[in-house]
Amino acid sequence: MRKWIEKLPIVLFIVLLAACWEVGTMVFDIPPYIIPRLSDVFAAIGDNAALLGKHFVITLWEALLGLTFSILCGMLSAIWIDSSSLARKTIYPLIVASQTIPIIALSPIMVMWFGYEMGSKVAVVILFTFFPVAVNTADGFRTADREIGELLRSMGAGRTQLFLKWKIPSALPSFFTGLKMAAAISVGGATLGEWLGGEAGLGVFTKRAANMLRGDDVFAGVLLLSLMGVALFVAAQFIERLMLGHRRNG
Amino acid sequence: MSGQQVTVEERHAGLSIKGLTYRFDGEEPLFEGLDLDIPQGQFVSIVAASGMGKTTLFRLLAGLLQPNAGTIRVAGAGQGHGQGSRSGIGYMPQRDCLMPWRTVLDNAAIGLELAGVSKRDARSRVLELLPELGLAGTETKYPHELSGGMRQRVSFLRSLLGGGELLLLDEPFSALDAMTRVSMQQWLLQVWEKHRKTILFITHDIDEALLLSDRVLIAATRPITKLEPLEVELPRPRTYETTLDERFVALKRQLLSQLGRITSTLEGGNS
Repeated sequence: MRKWIEKLPIVLFIVLLAACWEVGTMVFDIPPYIIPRLSDVFAAIGDNAALLGKHFVITLWEALLGLTFSILCGMLSAIWIDSSSLARKTIYPLIVASQTIPIIALSPIMVMWFGYEMGSKVAVVILFTFFPVAVNTADGFRTADREIGELLRSMGAGRTQLFLKWKIPSALPSFFTGLKMAAAISVGGATLGEWLGGEAGLGVFTKRAANMLRGDDVFAGVLLLSLMGVALFVAAQFIERLMLGHRRNG
Repeated sequence: MSGQQVTVEERHAGLSIKGLTYRFDGEEPLFEGLDLDIPQGQFVSIVAASGMGKTTLFRLLAGLLQPNAGTIRVAGAGQGHGQGSRSGIGYMPQRDCLMPWRTVLDNAAIGLELAGVSKRDARSRVLELLPELGLAGTETKYPHELSGGMRQRVSFLRSLLGGGELLLLDEPFSALDAMTRVSMQQWLLQVWEKHRKTILFITHDIDEALLLSDRVLIAATRPITKLEPLEVELPRPRTYETTLDERFVALKRQLLSQLGRITSTLEGGNS
């Protein structure tokens, strides 16, 4: 109950914004291809529910596949970076520096390599989500409390035991930071992949609607994409709380 | 007091160091040809100026560092197997170093767990000991839910269960406030008098060293080639009241003068 009361201000604020949108578009007589009325957006969602649902699932699937791959590869890279001092000196700085490369500029390459099918979209999602997972997890390993490691070593822990009982639990909070970032941007990656060339997904849907100046449909698609991003973020946060909820402040 | 009363059996060395030499690369040696014997079941403190390498000594004893020369023998411990770690030693670092992702129960049980004891057996052994360490009812708590003193108790329990007969305590109470420290000293006296493990204790606090120990060792030279002993022949069991005893004050005076002499030699040597 108390939790709900704490969330009341933000809920009310959103309702207020929605009301401003609805009333504002009417009062200022904004054309629907600039900003459609909110009620029209909802109506568009209702009218195209089946179609939107189909596109939604495709985009969601691309985002989830890309995320899964990034989690696996990101963790493996982080483990590699942590266990080999050569990798730490060569691969790690490269991964950090590569974050300054405009990923959007690289995305067309994915289409060139993986074609117009699902593969290229998943590849773009991986391009977006691999780095936050890999870098954050590697940082988590790196900043694990050394004294705890030494203590375990003094009690006879070997490499595997150190990894399982010290490194992994130490790195989990950073890993989840990376995962939440990745979850939030994965939908953006999938949408971009669809824009660059695709036949299905909410990215394709919104692009087509925009070409036809169907403002209500564009906003319907954007709204659903936003919801998907939020949902993935919240899901990641939920898993984080399940696993780390008891720790608090380290 | 152990001086007169120990039996022959207890005279076995709990810790025996012969000819220990260690230097960090490119630096002056910290220890050179150091010999040290501690009888089993004794409580021995090391008092020295900071920067003398006390913590390095502990890391050598715990097997985290390898000596350049010399041998370290611990009663009932395997000699440097695996990657240099030495089982049979319970190392209690200055910070409690509890793992925030483990409960009190699982933090204390980690040593047994690493030694291959089943999780259930490890937990039941911890649960048995919690009440006498003043930790009853904390088993499901996480470290952040405990006070500094309680965390040190858990840390001590972990080293008690993790090692064999020798415990290395590295300034365990230095970060606690004065009141808590006094109560922790009394607590340690009680626990130790019951378990009688060999304890090597590092401290800056002279009162603490005298109150707890059978013998205080003073690092006399740099590099440390020998440790000057001071026998603390005060009756046990001791409590904080002991610090008000005339004999205690006399010992303290003696210790201070020994320390003062050493400090002046060191300064003389440096200038």
